[in-house]
Amino acid sequence: MIEVRNITKTFGGLVAVDNCSLDVGAGTITGMIGPNGAGKSTLFNIIAGFLPPSSGQILLDGKDVTNLPPHKRFELGMVRTFQVPSELARMTALENLMLVPGQQSGESLINAWFRPGRVRADEARTRQRAEEVLQTLEMTHVRNELAGNLSGGQKKLLEIGRTMMTPAKVVLLDEPGAGVNRTLMGKITEVIRRLNREHGYTFCIIEHDMDLIAELCDPVIVMTQGSVLTQGTMDEIRRNEDVLEAYFGGGAAAAADADA
Amino acid sequence: MAGIIEYAMFTLCLIGIYGILALGLNIQWGLTGLFNIGVAAFFAVGAYTSGILTGPPSEAHLGGFAMPLLVGMLGAIVTSGILALLVGLITLNLRADYLAIASIGIAEIVRLFLKTEGWLTGGVRGMEIGRPFEDWLGGNFTLNFLIFTIIVVAIVYVLLEIARRAPWGRVLRSIRENEDATMAAGKSVLAFRLQAFVLGSCVMGLAGAMYAHFFGFLSPEAFRPMLATFLVWVMLIAGGSGNNKGALIGALVIWLIWSGTEFATGLLPADLSTRAGSLRILLIGILLEIILVTRPEGLLSEAGERKRQIAREKRRAGEET
Repeated sequence: MIEVRNITKTFGGLVAVDNCSLDVGAGTITGMIGPNGAGKSTLFNIIAGFLPPSSGQILLDGKDVTNLPPHKRFELGMVRTFQVPSELARMTALENLMLVPGQQSGESLINAWFRPGRVRADEARTRQRAEEVLQTLEMTHVRNELAGNLSGGQKKLLEIGRTMMTPAKVVLLDEPGAGVNRTLMGKITEVIRRLNREHGYTFCIIEHDMDLIAELCDPVIVMTQGSVLTQGTMDEIRRNEDVLEAYFGGGAAAAADADA
Repeated sequence: MAGIIEYAMFTLCLIGIYGILALGLNIQWGLTGLFNIGVAAFFAVGAYTSGILTGPPSEAHLGGFAMPLLVGMLGAIVTSGILALLVGLITLNLRADYLAIASIGIAEIVRLFLKTEGWLTGGVRGMEIGRPFEDWLGGNFTLNFLIFTIIVVAIVYVLLEIARRAPWGRVLRSIRENEDATMAAGKSVLAFRLQAFVLGSCVMGLAGAMYAHFFGFLSPEAFRPMLATFLVWVMLIAGGSGNNKGALIGALVIWLIWSGTEFATGLLPADLSTRAGSLRILLIGILLEIILVTRPEGLLSEAGERKRQIAREKRRAGEET
């Protein structure tokens, strides 16, 4: 689905992503873990088109998208969320969702002024879709609340809801579980799994919460220092000494062995 | 009595013209968050375009071509739109503060251009245009112009309100709230910002044409930043940024205060009266501070408008079931 080919990104002298190559297979929920500063978010930004790579290629469905701006990648079915909730604060939850679908006729001024009937019909459809998404997320009661007034967890849900408004093929989630309580986390996990199974969405998830990764993701890719350290199922990763080494530094693996 | 009515109608005409300016700025700042502090440039370009197109033939400057009023207004919209397109293409890709710097620069360039390029504009001696419909409805120009202004304001308001409520306006507000999230929702942020900037400037150009025909005379001094940019900003912020009704209310309230203080300082002895002019500017500044501290959303807020809209939708849904 997504192929990352020899991507390197440097900021001045700092190498954030170092000749990194990886695949996100169609239909998978691929997890991406690694210590802070491993380059996960930078790589995400490059995949989604928010940062240009210094070198390398991004392929989406075999098509080179390296030089396409974010909205073009969106049209090809790639959607992302942000690590920091990026809700549209002074717009309602419903409006946050209704914004998303592409090619709305009312986004053209000419249509808005001269084809009101068509725009209204289009809006009714968009609204219905948004209401359905809110229902799935159990957020119907806050539909008319300003998104800025929602709780942190609701903002996260809303962000996932926005990806549900699209005919997305692949969704990049940047820490969907950060700052979310257990109950809500369960809800988010459930929504992701359902979208994957019932709608065939491919997911690529950055997350620090290992429970969420263990529950959802296969395969899991481990990144350190800007490139892929290893890849496998969560069980394999757990047994991998290099991973412990990367996370906890020298001697951690030995200590873990001693514990076991 | 007749004098008071005449004065009231005169004031309302000006409020209408400023209202159109504030509506234009509301698209740019209120909806999209574009920091245009060069309102005067687009206002002036519109005014002079319409003046050249409709004015009587003159040796002193280009034209006039004595064309119909509507041609002049259309021309004003087109030229100010083209100027906005050129400025926008260069600056809108940059960070927000650069637009502010560029726009204030453009406004000054336009004003100096009007002053020095006499072959085109008549320079500092100004441009005689003549006034339209002097001989309608018993020949009261001010009344006729007021009716005309009300019609134009109504048309502009309705068109912009439709645009604001449409998905088009929703994308603009989304850009204002969070540019990255809007990009992630697949919108071409640059294209929408450009549209908002150009449309807002077209509206400002239209206001310029109205201004030109209202006074029948133009000079570069009318387009100083204080009157043609700063006052419009105060109107929009005071009235309610993001709310078209607020823009119009703001124009009304601020213009009344502005001209009211002119009247009040006129009553002072001559030596104080001249100095009081600066005090009026200070007063407007203080007023803006007070509004921002006590009612930052303005007299009619965007949030209030939304609440009413949601209530309307609920009523409609209630009727259907």
